[in-house]
Amino acid sequence: MTLAVENLVVEIDGCRVVDSISFDVPDGSRLGLIGESGSGKSLTALAVLGLLPEGATASGSIRWNGTELIGMPDRELARLRGDDIGIVFQEPRTALNPIRTVGRQIAESIRIHEGLGRREARDRAIAEAERVRLPDPASIVDRYPHQLSGGQRQRVAIAMALACRPRLLIADEPTTALDVTIQSEILSLLLSLVAEEGMSLVFITHDLAVLAQVATEGVVLEHGRVVEAAPVTTLLTAPTSPVTQALLRDATATLWRPEGGPA
Amino acid sequence: MTPRWLSRLWATATGRFGLIVVAVIAVTALVSSFWTPFDPQSSNIGDRWLPPSWPHLLGTDDTGRDILSLIMAGARTAVFVSVGAGVVATVIGISLAALGALTARWVRETVAVLVDILIAFPVLLIAMMISSVWGGSLWVVIWAVGIGFGVNIARVTRPELRRVQQSDFVLAARASGLTPRQSLTRHLLPNVAPVFIVQLSWSMAVAVLAEAGLSYLGFGASVVEPSWGILLADLQRYIGVHPLSVIWPGLTITITVLALNLLGDGLREATDPTLRHRAAELHTPAVVA
Repeated sequence: MTLAVENLVVEIDGCRVVDSISFDVPDGSRLGLIGESGSGKSLTALAVLGLLPEGATASGSIRWNGTELIGMPDRELARLRGDDIGIVFQEPRTALNPIRTVGRQIAESIRIHEGLGRREARDRAIAEAERVRLPDPASIVDRYPHQLSGGQRQRVAIAMALACRPRLLIADEPTTALDVTIQSEILSLLLSLVAEEGMSLVFITHDLAVLAQVATEGVVLEHGRVVEAAPVTTLLTAPTSPVTQALLRDATATLWRPEGGPA
Repeated sequence: MTPRWLSRLWATATGRFGLIVVAVIAVTALVSSFWTPFDPQSSNIGDRWLPPSWPHLLGTDDTGRDILSLIMAGARTAVFVSVGAGVVATVIGISLAALGALTARWVRETVAVLVDILIAFPVLLIAMMISSVWGGSLWVVIWAVGIGFGVNIARVTRPELRRVQQSDFVLAARASGLTPRQSLTRHLLPNVAPVFIVQLSWSMAVAVLAEAGLSYLGFGASVVEPSWGILLADLQRYIGVHPLSVIWPGLTITITVLALNLLGDGLREATDPTLRHRAAELHTPAVVA
């Protein structure tokens, strides 16, 4: 299950916002896309899912397991979304439907892809809530998003993305909107789940320090172009492009420890 | 098991009042089609202007007709017009809102302009014009209020639908594998329902008012059809002599419109969990030092 992006171009009203990006994500690998805001990271992620905003068009090639995704009918793409490829977004405050219980939202992709009934779906939602270590899963599935904290909502979003055991997880700045302490919890949760399932991971961030914790390979973007692609250790120790050097200077020393370790 | 929204609606005094009154009127309309205490159209000069008493609970009018029976029969017309206008307004409003929010850009913009133009149409005046040329009918009232408020529903619901359509959670739902149609029924429509319900209940209330108003002016129901508006028009000619009798149809119209609005507000609160919790927080006893 390999994702291969080749010469991906995304245009919005004739303007190239992603310009000939190429990268490979072999099965089980962890790749980081890093760059300032506006560098085209998120659009690349949305292009993979075929969910670009109105007015944006993708060209080039995105192959999932050898199948071309660009130009694939939406109905067929919908079958891959959630089932093969899952995504977690940046902002947990808006990523959940305010008027549906979190359990129904976690179970939604399971009901879509596996055709489960309501009762079975609820049981699965409880199990998934437990997997992302939400407190009191049996009762939290009946709550509404506004009754949860930001970190808990992001856990729900992760549970939604992983409910169908996708082979690839795209995480689009999943910790940026959270408190520093919560950030490290969410990062270690993501990492342990990715390791557990042997999933591939595409992690999008603007923070090189975060990237160092989650990815082995890094692709540095600026204005929609790849400026440097190298193993993360190389990016940290011997960055060649000025963009990477600037990112390294700005990198926050994010407090992080393996889950369960000493504070 | 009672659905959750119903128990939430029942929990507030205003929601309870709205629900009970609307239910009573609906049942009255149903019952009146086969039974009223007296035949609402049979006049009996000997019984004219009886005060409220047994067996004429609300008294009689200038030709000895039983006012309670007339009001009960009028409920039938009110419910018919209200439901009819509600259905027309829903179909027009939701279709226009969906077209104006979820389609290609040029269709959206065309619909937005169209809605802005239609909103300026004085539908009730047009209804009066049509009635005076081709004769009044309840259908004219239904279509006039239905179209007028359908456009109004579209005007309010369209931006709301657009906002939800562009929200992160709809994107997240699509990323979970929902088709556009599934996200419409599971995420978009439920999220605009509270706004829609308020608009719908208001249009149904206005339909009751419009029917009464147009019938009062002679543009609505024909004289043989029972109508609160016609009854009001008949009785108010004698307001100087028998002021009590004219109160009944007036009171009925007022309470009906009030109940429809309260029911709409109650339903909105009952279907919007975020609103409910915010309200609950506001109502928690504040400790004032």
